[in-house]
Amino acid sequence: MMEIITKIPTKGNANEEIKYKLVAENISASYDGIVTVKNVSMKFRDRAVTALIGPSGCGKTTFLRCLNRMHELTKNATLTGKVLLDGEDLYSNKVDPMINRRKIGMVFQKPNPFPTMSIYDNVACGLRLNGVKDKNILDEVVEGCLKMASLWNEVKGDLKKPGMSLSGGQQQRLCIARALAIQPEVLLMDEPASALDPIATQKIEEMIQELKKEYTIIIVTHNMQQATRVSDYTGFMYLGDLVEFGETKQIFENPRNEITAKYVQGQFG
Amino acid sequence: MMTIKMKKGSPHIDKIFKYIAIGAGTYVVALVVMLVVNLSTGSVQVWQHEGIGFLTGSDWNSVEGRESYGAFPYIMGTLVNAGIAMLISVPLSFGIAMFLSELSPKLLRTPLAMVVELLAAVPSVIYGLWGLYVFRTYIQDWIEVPLHNLFGDQSIIFAGTPFGLDILTASIVLAIMIVPTIASISREIMIAVPNSQREAAYMLGATKWEAFRLAVLPYSKSGLIGAVILGLGRAVGETMAVTMLIGNTTGAAAIPTSLFQPSQTMASIMANEFAEASQGGLHLAALVGIGLILFIIAFLINVIAHFLVAKVVKSHEGAVLA
Amino acid sequence: MITTEQRAEFRKHFRYNIGRRLVLDKIVKGIVFTCVVVAIVPLIAILVNVFSNGAAALTWDFLTQIPGAVGSDTPGGIGPAIQGTVVLIGLSSLIGVPIGVMGGIFLSEYGNNRYGRMIRFLNDVIAEFPTIVIGVFAFVLIVLTIGNFSMWAGSFALSIIMLPIVMRTTEESLKLVPVTYREAGYALGVRKWRVIFTIVLSGARSGLVTGILLAVARIAGETAPLVFTILGSSQFISGLDGPIDALPLRIWRLSSLPYDSAVTQGWGAAFVLIIMVLTINIGVRYIFLRNKEKTFIKFRKQGMVS
Repeated sequence: MMEIITKIPTKGNANEEIKYKLVAENISASYDGIVTVKNVSMKFRDRAVTALIGPSGCGKTTFLRCLNRMHELTKNATLTGKVLLDGEDLYSNKVDPMINRRKIGMVFQKPNPFPTMSIYDNVACGLRLNGVKDKNILDEVVEGCLKMASLWNEVKGDLKKPGMSLSGGQQQRLCIARALAIQPEVLLMDEPASALDPIATQKIEEMIQELKKEYTIIIVTHNMQQATRVSDYTGFMYLGDLVEFGETKQIFENPRNEITAKYVQGQFG
Repeated sequence: MMTIKMKKGSPHIDKIFKYIAIGAGTYVVALVVMLVVNLSTGSVQVWQHEGIGFLTGSDWNSVEGRESYGAFPYIMGTLVNAGIAMLISVPLSFGIAMFLSELSPKLLRTPLAMVVELLAAVPSVIYGLWGLYVFRTYIQDWIEVPLHNLFGDQSIIFAGTPFGLDILTASIVLAIMIVPTIASISREIMIAVPNSQREAAYMLGATKWEAFRLAVLPYSKSGLIGAVILGLGRAVGETMAVTMLIGNTTGAAAIPTSLFQPSQTMASIMANEFAEASQGGLHLAALVGIGLILFIIAFLINVIAHFLVAKVVKSHEGAVLA
Repeated sequence: MITTEQRAEFRKHFRYNIGRRLVLDKIVKGIVFTCVVVAIVPLIAILVNVFSNGAAALTWDFLTQIPGAVGSDTPGGIGPAIQGTVVLIGLSSLIGVPIGVMGGIFLSEYGNNRYGRMIRFLNDVIAEFPTIVIGVFAFVLIVLTIGNFSMWAGSFALSIIMLPIVMRTTEESLKLVPVTYREAGYALGVRKWRVIFTIVLSGARSGLVTGILLAVARIAGETAPLVFTILGSSQFISGLDGPIDALPLRIWRLSSLPYDSAVTQGWGAAFVLIIMVLTINIGVRYIFLRNKEKTFIKFRKQGMVS
């Protein structure tokens, strides 16, 4: 039998009270009748980066999409379990999914800016949607978010240009800026650098380091070097199970599970 | 071991085959060219007789010796009739398309799409028959008479005795008939919007409607306009149901002013008067001439629609099935 | 860079208006649902009316006899109309299907150039032509030239309506056949025309049949082009020349007669026509959807598509 290690490790001073921003309890999910996530429970620490690694098809993306109720938009999706954001259940029948989605920003695997909108509007549309009307505030937030996504210097002259005119890496950073603009508390990233070149990837990784001072970040990646570079905690998923979850250093240097060890040593994947 | 025996055939056959295929394709071009030529030669008499007045005149007299033909009332009748039909059917079609692509539960989706397709399959003449024997009385009793009593003859658009065979009835039935065209193409176009666009909107905290407005609508705008124009093309050329319901007047009386007034469209006057026109006469040339005008209008509409829709949906009928 | 204080400041400007937005969302959903209901009601009404009124007219005599004299006590039947429609469908298919299939082959196999794109475009435009214009065209081209109304003129007009549908579905279904099918044929040294006919056409068969049947359903109900080409008749077909009758045309003529018996007959003829058209439509969709899955599974098993 596989031993599932879900003991949550502590970091730094053991006396410090640990704050968990997001807690997933017993999440099981399927689509088209195929179960892709099996009873996974995880706690995500505030102001830290948690990476989810595992071979493709292990359910890490599905699990991520359960965390902001995006999974239920998929065809024939089913889901059981609970996700608590600051102790409040996202899947409670009383709340419309839209209410909590705006607290949880998401960056998708492929850049998906709104093609008919300008760079400015791509970032500002989420603000307008949520009732921000003041032009000065809009300008300020757009600038701030583009700076955080380290895109500002490249586009500040032509904010009116369509978002699709940017390169792939720039588009992805634009999508990050768009996600940041609604001032979320949690940021979910689904292989944000998988379609990008090394330089763009590096920019995004630097940005994640910067963002983590403010946000709870959960990143799905199939790139183990990336996980070691950016994350504080790592969860390894395999065939829908959470096999091991711990500090990134421990997972990569001293894995407790045999399969984890094989995976991080690159014996399969 | 398996041996394969297959005649290789001569290379000439390949060439012949290719030329037959090209010939079949060229047949389409030939049809369009012949169509233009035939409609022109068939109507040359009336153009010579009336000149440009054929487009702007309102007289319609087929009594020998006093013959005079003007297509203006029927062009107006066609445009007004099709216009009212569009006003009704476009919002309805977009609603259906939005339901099918965004909101419908999975169980309902296929049967509903099928119902929309079946609406398109019902022959025009049956819509006409139903409109004539069934729908007309409802329109007359429930809509026309109350509106007429309320506003009276002073109001221009509700003037005239509500008889049921008029612009209003014809255009409502026409609207029902073009809903499937616009709805099914719009649905295809909305479905073609990538889900990642919707997800981006939901991520920002959008409701279903807001996601539609933010992600689906701008993405599919040109395609949706194309679908509307394609529907307009159908509405302009639709013949039988309109002929059976529009009341059929000729001359200046057919210029539409009131909803409750009998009128005439280009298609309906061709269908109605054809049997009375003698071969080789000016009357027949006038009807063919109206056919030419209708052809040009429909051609232009379809070319515009084609360029707007083709980008998004490759083939309408094929795509609907798939 | 946005500081924590700034973020707190920004958040103050969010007016989520969640209640209002959710209400608006509900209203839109309500409107959209209403649209669906409003569109379905006429279809149900038409079907109910045609079936209930038409069934009353159905007798063996009604289906096989010629129409009686107008206004007489013996209303007769719609025999010539049914015969005419069947003959017209047959003849139009004879013209439209071979040209359509070959044209579809042209578009999919040789049509990847400017000429092909032009033909594809014209084909799409013809598909949307007002059918009455096609009727006038056939009238000028054939009836005026030969001097009499005939089934040939009618079939020619209907074949023009059929052509684009057949052509387009042929092209579409040929394109669905995996390239590996063709390549396997070429690898064996088989000539292209043979590859297309044996391998490709058999692989694309169900799509092709679907297209032809849908085109048949479409022309079965066409009335406008027939007004100009077959004129209508109350006798069975006696020769290749001369006017003939067809179901939709008969319905139209009946609808203009002021007799109760004509009304009943009109509904009866509509009943026969709608059964024909809807049977083909529903049948084709059912079979096609099933076959499509089967074909897909077949291809997948052979590793042709992933």
